[in-house]
Amino acid sequence: MYNAFFVSSPITPNECITFDKTKCTGCNTCVDSCRGDVLMPNPEGGEPIVMYPDECWYCGVCVSDCPVGACTLNHPINQRITWKRKATGEIFRVNYCYMDRKPEE
Amino acid sequence: MDYRKFLMEKLHFKWPYPVRYEEETREECDVLVIGGGLAGSFAAINAAKKGASVIVTDKGAIVRSGCAGSGIDHWSSIHTAPCSKISPDEMLERTEPDPFKPEFCRYIAMRESFDAALELESYGMCIRDEKDEFVGAPFRDEETKLMFAYDYENKHTLRLPGGEQMKPVLFREMNRLGIKMFDRVTTTMLLTEGGKQGGRVIGACGVNTRTGEFYVFRAKAVILTTAKPLRLWEFATELVGANAAHDDPNNAGDGDVMAWRAGAKLMMMDRSHSSPAGRRYPAYLTGNRSNTWWPCTIVDANGKEIPWQDRDGKILKTVEDRTKLAEGQEMFAGGMGGYKTYMPGLISDLADRIRSGEYKMPFYADLTSMPDHERRVIFGIMLGNEGKTKVPVVETLRNSGFDPEKDMLQANVLPPKYMGSNQPWWGVMQEGISGPNIRELAFSNGGGLVVDWSMKSTLEGLYAAGNQVAGLSGASNAASTGRYAGRNAAVYAKSVGFPAASEDQIAEEKKRIYSFVQRQEGYGWKEIQLGLCRIMQDYCGDVRSGEVMEMGLWWLQSIHDNELSRAVAANPHDLGKILDVATRLAVDQIVINQSLARKGSSKAMGSVRLDYPEDVDDCGFYQTLRLENNEVVVEELPYFYWRDEGNCRDAYEKHCCL
Repeated sequence: MYNAFFVSSPITPNECITFDKTKCTGCNTCVDSCRGDVLMPNPEGGEPIVMYPDECWYCGVCVSDCPVGACTLNHPINQRITWKRKATGEIFRVNYCYMDRKPEE
Repeated sequence: MDYRKFLMEKLHFKWPYPVRYEEETREECDVLVIGGGLAGSFAAINAAKKGASVIVTDKGAIVRSGCAGSGIDHWSSIHTAPCSKISPDEMLERTEPDPFKPEFCRYIAMRESFDAALELESYGMCIRDEKDEFVGAPFRDEETKLMFAYDYENKHTLRLPGGEQMKPVLFREMNRLGIKMFDRVTTTMLLTEGGKQGGRVIGACGVNTRTGEFYVFRAKAVILTTAKPLRLWEFATELVGANAAHDDPNNAGDGDVMAWRAGAKLMMMDRSHSSPAGRRYPAYLTGNRSNTWWPCTIVDANGKEIPWQDRDGKILKTVEDRTKLAEGQEMFAGGMGGYKTYMPGLISDLADRIRSGEYKMPFYADLTSMPDHERRVIFGIMLGNEGKTKVPVVETLRNSGFDPEKDMLQANVLPPKYMGSNQPWWGVMQEGISGPNIRELAFSNGGGLVVDWSMKSTLEGLYAAGNQVAGLSGASNAASTGRYAGRNAAVYAKSVGFPAASEDQIAEEKKRIYSFVQRQEGYGWKEIQLGLCRIMQDYCGDVRSGEVMEMGLWWLQSIHDNELSRAVAANPHDLGKILDVATRLAVDQIVINQSLARKGSSKAMGSVRLDYPEDVDDCGFYQTLRLENNEVVVEELPYFYWRDEGNCRDAYEKHCCL
């Protein structure tokens, strides 16, 4: 089953802040810490709406101030950097949201 | 039907906050502080402690607004700290005076910066190694547990283990003191006595960008503490996000424009530099050895270490050597250039050695090989408390599996000449890559208000501190001048009464603001912002001349009268953004007028005139600008004008209100 919707193209970048629905209590602390009102309270309660992702300054205050650790900051794809494990020479990169491949602890 | 109209009709959601357009709230206080960042918070607290009733407004959320909203890792100029080896007066003697940085404000900071840090500590912020995590480290004073950065010998820059909590701590203290705070209020106009340009400043008007409600604040004294304007030559949130192209998106230049309209004198308003033009990486998120990462070891693609050298070109053998003064050197001064205070860096011929194949790119910041105390202080204390590093850098890297004991962070790949430069690599100005005309107004030491030894502007009742002051930047400067301005404004407020505000002036501003929500169709704020940037790129870019800039002014007025007057706001947030664009249009006009006023080129300001190629930086005076009957008045003001009050020590003691 597929659905198609008539909406505008996504704003770029559009994944700056993501919420863990199982943790978010809808307290809106992040909404009130954000300097840019990037986040709006959800009229239906629960996790806030990332209404203006293109205005996000990536300061991370929403994450710092979240009392339950429900909020994650994701740098846009063109802002991610690599690193090298010195002992093995393996290369890894920033993207903690979807990537399975993390260095072994 | 255009898509916006379609969306508004079919898919719109109800605005989540109550809508109160045109509704008016009136407030009164002794001291009104506009801009609740670091300078504003310290100004408010210190005015309140002098007995003034205080109101603070901010277009963001005061708990986290301003440049220091997500933290500060180091605190400069703590010359009065018990272990600091250079006194304020000695420091003043030892540094070359720079006419484009207000040295008297720096002196105020040298006198008060450590007191400001102690203030933060008394409000609950950690400024010492309280957990004894760095016992024995060369940058730690064992008696006071204070930790120092950069110049371990002279100890005048403090590391802040709790800097990330700076704004929440100040916010709590303001609440405790009963200071009234208004978040999400974009202040748009200063009220002047009789509504006259050049008159005493007696308050301000603003609008709430959640509710659209109008505010009138009447005050005996006003302190402007907003930031420097940004996004003037380039605007492109869609290119890299609002993060990489710009500093705080809220920085429109509100304070400068309000002061300008009220008739205050501004100067150095065209100070700009070439911009990374949307190619920047997040600050501190790429391998690097500058600033907060200083003095991290850098290795090449094969793990070969890039040598460091001191100011005389002597190769430094150990990490510790990078923190030591060169032979015969008196001190380092972070950020202040020149041979006298030069801090070690990578070998000066690095670019050639990359080209010859001796060092292979990419480079990496190798924390793994750093001494344990340096690794932990860089990745944890400095990165972790500096603005935009706790979550955007440290948590981001840790959550992705980065381990500073095992992993080396890649430096972004740049042409060899930049890898040898002393700039932090994530933000290297890539002129030539993105076009020659992309500039950014200087955020550090950029233009602003002309102030005297009381931090008073040229208008009665109007004070300024921090970034709002021409040539001033930096956290400890903001805090120190904020404290000082707060006290001066409170003392002034005690001596004067409340003149009536001009209702005509208020009504006119109200009309301007709400015109944007009265239409259904028109331009969105982004397109107008983009258009303004094109005018600045073309008419006030790297190629400047009188005729070209006059055409730029014509264009700006034309956009003001046409497109801007057809701008539409769908909600109070949108309204705030349009007001920001209107503010930036006025900043553009000021910048062009400033460049036009100088019949010459200025290396310091980054303004090159084809019609006046001769550099006039050594002319000995600034061109100040102000409005009189809405006409631009250009006047001369000597460099070091504040020396009229005698030496810094006497002038400080006369005006500090302690």
